Amino acid sequence: MTTRIFVPNDTGACSVGADEVASAIQMAIHREGLDAQLVRSGSRGAYWLEPLVEIESDEGRIGFARVEPRHVSTLFVGSPMPDRQHLTCIGRVEDLPFLKDQQRLTFVRAGVIDPVDLDAYRANGGFEGLVRACTMTSAQVVGEVRRSGLRGRGGAAFPAAIKWQSVLDQQAPTKYVVCNADEGDSGTFADRLLIEADPYQLIEGMLIAAHATGASQGYVYLRSEYPRARAVLTQALAHARRAGVLGRDACGPGRSFDVELRMGAGAYVCGEETSLLESIEGKRAQVRFKPPLPSIQGLFGAPTLVNNVLTLAAATTILAKGGEYYASFGAGQSRGTMPFQLSGNIRRGGVIELPFGVSLRSLIDTFGGGSLSGRPLRAVQVGGPLGGYLPSALWDTPLDYEAFANVASMLGHGGIVAFDDTVDLGVQAEFVMQFCANESCGKCTPCRIGSVRGVEVIQRIRRGEAIAANVALLEDLCETMEAGSLCALGGLTPMPIRSILRHFRSDLIHTER
Amino acid sequence: MSHVKHWHRDLGTPPSSSTQQVTLTIDGMEITAPAGTSIMHAALDSGIGIPKLCATDSLAPFGSCRVCLVEIEGRNGMPASCTTPIEAGMKVRTQTESLARVRKGVLELYISDHPLDCLTCAANGNCELQEVAGAVGLREVRYGTSGANHLDQARDTSNPYFTFDPSKCIVCSRCVRACDEVQGTFALTVAGRGFDSVIATSAGDAFIDSECVSCGACVQACPTATLIEKSVLEHGQPDRMVKTTCAYCGVGCSLKAELKGDQLIRMEPDPDGGANHGHACVKGRFAWGYATHRDRVLTPMVREHRDHAWQKVSWDDAIAFAANRFGAIRDRYGRHALGGISSSRCTNEEVFVVQKLVRAAFGNNNIDNCARVCHSPTGYGLKQTFGTSAGTQDFASVNTADVILVIGANPTDAHPVFASLLKRRLRQGAQLVVVDPRRIDLVRSAHVEARHHLQLRPGTNVALINALSHVVVTEGLVDEAFVSSRCDHESFNRWRAFIAQPIHAPELMEHDTTVPADQVRRAARLYATARNATIYYGLGVTEHSQGSTMVMGLANLAMATGHIGRDGVGVNPLRGQNNVQGACDMGSFPHELSGYRHVSDPAVRGLFESRWQVPLDAEPGLRIPGMFAAALSGSLRGLFVQGEDVAQSDPNTQHVADALRALDCLVVQDLFLNETAAYAHVFLPGESFLEKDGTYTNAERRINRVRPVMAPRAGLTEWETVSRLSTAMGYPMHYNSAAEIMDEIAGLTPTFAGVSLARLDRDGGMQWPVPGVESHGTRILHEGEFVRGKGQFMLTQYVPTEERTSRRFPLILTTGRILSQYNVGTQTRRTANVAWHDHDVLEIHPHDAETRGIAEGDNVMLASRKGSTMLPAHVTDRVPVGVVYTTFHHPGTAANVVTTENSDWATNCPEYKVTAVDVQPMSVRERRDDA
Repeated sequence: MTTRIFVPNDTGACSVGADEVASAIQMAIHREGLDAQLVRSGSRGAYWLEPLVEIESDEGRIGFARVEPRHVSTLFVGSPMPDRQHLTCIGRVEDLPFLKDQQRLTFVRAGVIDPVDLDAYRANGGFEGLVRACTMTSAQVVGEVRRSGLRGRGGAAFPAAIKWQSVLDQQAPTKYVVCNADEGDSGTFADRLLIEADPYQLIEGMLIAAHATGASQGYVYLRSEYPRARAVLTQALAHARRAGVLGRDACGPGRSFDVELRMGAGAYVCGEETSLLESIEGKRAQVRFKPPLPSIQGLFGAPTLVNNVLTLAAATTILAKGGEYYASFGAGQSRGTMPFQLSGNIRRGGVIELPFGVSLRSLIDTFGGGSLSGRPLRAVQVGGPLGGYLPSALWDTPLDYEAFANVASMLGHGGIVAFDDTVDLGVQAEFVMQFCANESCGKCTPCRIGSVRGVEVIQRIRRGEAIAANVALLEDLCETMEAGSLCALGGLTPMPIRSILRHFRSDLIHTER
Repeated sequence: MSHVKHWHRDLGTPPSSSTQQVTLTIDGMEITAPAGTSIMHAALDSGIGIPKLCATDSLAPFGSCRVCLVEIEGRNGMPASCTTPIEAGMKVRTQTESLARVRKGVLELYISDHPLDCLTCAANGNCELQEVAGAVGLREVRYGTSGANHLDQARDTSNPYFTFDPSKCIVCSRCVRACDEVQGTFALTVAGRGFDSVIATSAGDAFIDSECVSCGACVQACPTATLIEKSVLEHGQPDRMVKTTCAYCGVGCSLKAELKGDQLIRMEPDPDGGANHGHACVKGRFAWGYATHRDRVLTPMVREHRDHAWQKVSWDDAIAFAANRFGAIRDRYGRHALGGISSSRCTNEEVFVVQKLVRAAFGNNNIDNCARVCHSPTGYGLKQTFGTSAGTQDFASVNTADVILVIGANPTDAHPVFASLLKRRLRQGAQLVVVDPRRIDLVRSAHVEARHHLQLRPGTNVALINALSHVVVTEGLVDEAFVSSRCDHESFNRWRAFIAQPIHAPELMEHDTTVPADQVRRAARLYATARNATIYYGLGVTEHSQGSTMVMGLANLAMATGHIGRDGVGVNPLRGQNNVQGACDMGSFPHELSGYRHVSDPAVRGLFESRWQVPLDAEPGLRIPGMFAAALSGSLRGLFVQGEDVAQSDPNTQHVADALRALDCLVVQDLFLNETAAYAHVFLPGESFLEKDGTYTNAERRINRVRPVMAPRAGLTEWETVSRLSTAMGYPMHYNSAAEIMDEIAGLTPTFAGVSLARLDRDGGMQWPVPGVESHGTRILHEGEFVRGKGQFMLTQYVPTEERTSRRFPLILTTGRILSQYNVGTQTRRTANVAWHDHDVLEIHPHDAETRGIAEGDNVMLASRKGSTMLPAHVTDRVPVGVVYTTFHHPGTAANVVTTENSDWATNCPEYKVTAVDVQPMSVRERRDDA
């Protein structure tokens, strides 16, 4: 029987040589005449092991980590199954604590299957949620989502069922489902990983959402920095259309649903749902004011469900296994699992899907294994570039939305970036403001001018100029930006600044000159 | 009252049209307002102040400036009051300590990137930024002056009327939004992102080179001195204001003339204007400088012979001279040897006294006005079918139209403010059908695209309208219920049988019109099956040998489909001049007294005779072409022409010149020594609209007040001049004011019975009929029943024009207007509008150009059977093969040298729109002449 050899086609894996490894393996198969087939899978999300080559065996998939092209000739010597003693071999992949200790509901197929193989998706539990949803009314589907306690995974954590219900309630000839895949937060990559590893899950999630809301057209808004995700999703959409999963009668007789892929053009602010809608409409990506909410007046003025990739993906689990099942995971008001994304100065970076409620410390210690540099970790930024920088004293905070809000921080999209003790949070403070200045759409004044002035004031503080007055000005500016900004970009920029003022004040404020 | 912009109370966001009322509490005050009203609007309307910068009530809310933030009980954060609709029971606070801090913080940011030159800034005293900074109590800018800023951005002074100074810009986007939402041109955008966001023209050009149409909406919307009139830069802020009405096209925009002392500083459109709702165009807003142009003649002049030099004389001498000459002609040749031409540029009051001069003092009905050459077929056609010689709707009716048929009109150039309204409706989803030989801008421009462009061959209007109606009748699209209850059955049945004849089928008419039959069928279905479909048309309908037939064809189509007699439908002429409607209403016709009542009706005549104490002639007099013919034959010897340049604007210039030359006495009253004045014996200075007192009636029958902004520059009003001339000729005419003239009009004209200048001053413009003082006018005609009772269908047999192309004259010339210029250009050529159009060009299709060896910009000879002229060619596929097009704004072009005397069979409206011509490059023509 032909042995399948899996090499991720994932952006992260390829950035460390997976493509080169794959072509070396392909040549080896040819050269050695192996009865083997190379499969380009997605990634498991254990990025510290990439390129992670997996080979089917009777005992399951055997992993070979951090494979380089030069290893290939010693891996495949007359047999498709390398010697287990090979220096790259890590044994059964399923047994890896990094993976075994996760609670994967959404990323269960990631890295396991050929992402665009529809049969493989089906064979591994795909479409169970859609099939069940199709036996239910729209209201019942929304009810299932309500019972799951699912909250928006894009960062705002808004209860998904309220949005879904709101779109369902609108009487309109046209409704849309828009997937926000403009994953712009630094230190986040779960959306991309899912699209590259398991795109049908997203498509299934959108179909469920379409069934639940009565939408007839979907859009995926994908950032331009994700060309591989674009290629995978384009292929998956084409297969789904050919197989009749999308298109006419996709949501039952007479109820069509199709998905169009739209690419961003490099603006962070397009991750904000209303500027994303403007961008899809072909307009300058400026933030809209709310109300009207997109669920009532969204894309092209029609009721529109805008959800993050992970929110829509979670719907497949919820519909397949029931809202109660999903809600049985998690803590407090944060139900289900969250794919945390660990990066920065960390030994074992990657996607770690866990129920809400574990502590930040256990995540960075147990899964992350401490700093990559070996020096003590000093600060962890959670929730993307606009999340707070947390000192070790706060690392026991459980990873749930409310607990993080209580320490003036946020979980956001689940990005966690670690810094060791060489970090200068004064530099980071300036970076935060500069990030806001770079990415501001320019519509509202607090963000447009405030971010630039913020950079200047922080520079003055760091230079030691009139510190007391400038710190007071910075604090006033933070209030103006937080209260006055039109969207979360300007509104959340003060969060990391304040966390630095609170927890790492001495990094920012040196002695007055 | 120090702030001019405060003459309009800006409530920040547009009013809500909801009928549902919502009650909420703002700062402890209970307020009730329509659902959908913003918190800002509700608060400001109740006298509660909320600072604002990006909000203005002519534009949709935007929510960018963040100074109008409020707090709402039970809600997080500080929502913007401009974008948050009121809700029942809402408790809003507009003044708290934290709001004050944040507002001040935002202003501090604004001012950190703004020049601190308030004292020397042109907007000083009228700057919203300055005002809001004061209101929030900003006392210091702690960010210093060393930071990033836009203070060194270059000014764009390329537009002749306004400047753009980006260093003063607060990026509120009001200019961009005004260009998009109000004007609909989409010429402006925000370039760059974040702090680099700057206002720019869409292609980054200087304003003058961009798509900007210089309507000035952006300047009006600007809260600072970023976009500001050059006149304000030069003279400072105005300190008083007079409301009046624009004197250009038939839209009749209400304007606020803003003055400093007696100097006009700027024109701002009046938000309360019924026709324009706060919008204007490059002509109305900016092109008023001709009023004080050095070419204005301000002293009366006379001369014994037209080849003598003019003698400046006193008013008394000039009037005595004219009266003596006219009197001598009357004594020698009889009362029918005199005539008068009034102007649709003049006020109703002026027109009325001119026709009275002719009827009462001259003693005949030889009175006509320049509507003869534009919309006389409208009057005839709509009267025959509906019973009233006027458009059926107000402009705002287009807001509820679903399908809009634009025929023979080019609103974006000729009626720009209505075009903006129309385009807004199109952006809301209404469908457009354009019937025009040229690809006018409406066919396809920013966010506007016609569903169908029926690009017919000039002169085949009636064939096309018959084909459209044929589809309606033969495809079962007639609104039978409407026809049976509202229309005359006998005429309908006759028309149905007529129009159903196969000869009218689009497939057969295609040969004449060149419009593909399936397009005609689809357009007819679209129009007929729409919930509300409406027709707007211009001189492309009327200025044809079958102009009246075509107007009746439009009326037939509207009646057959039931698209008449309610909001959103109708048949609407777009009038070329400010007072075409009024000049016609005032009885300035050889056969009709005011209110379109025939001179042969003894009862009507009796009414006037008893009021005027003079017997009136029962026989209709001469139309303008008839007057020229009579002058040439010697039966007409004296002519009074007020405010019309017949020598340039009437067809076949040579014929007109010969006629004028034959007169014993020609009296011209005008602003300038125009082409006609070259043949005159007496020149009487006229008044510009800035000096006039009275009324204009626009295309929607709205009687609008014209108020003097300055004293008559020549010392006498035009109605005083006419009154004195009449008195000098032995028929005493005395009025103390324009209001007295209107009182006389109202007393003699049932449709004006309730009109007086005092009422118009109090209530604003009113649409006639205003049958009594209890009436506020009539928005829409023919509701319930037609003015004539039952709608009358008229047979509209297509008869091709006699003006045919031939081997020698293989092309068809058609004419029109361009945005920046106006008619023969007497006014606009004397303004900076020449920056856009300093000469006329001949549009010619690339195919026709190539076969003649004509390249872009070449001087070409344009020749017809009547004459020839020379102008540069513009090679463009806006015109179809076989058709050439030009404007007639510049006298050098003398486009009417080539036009013919063909005219509408019913009204003698000239067939300006179809002239067989040839076009040759100058060099070829010269060679041929040599040979």
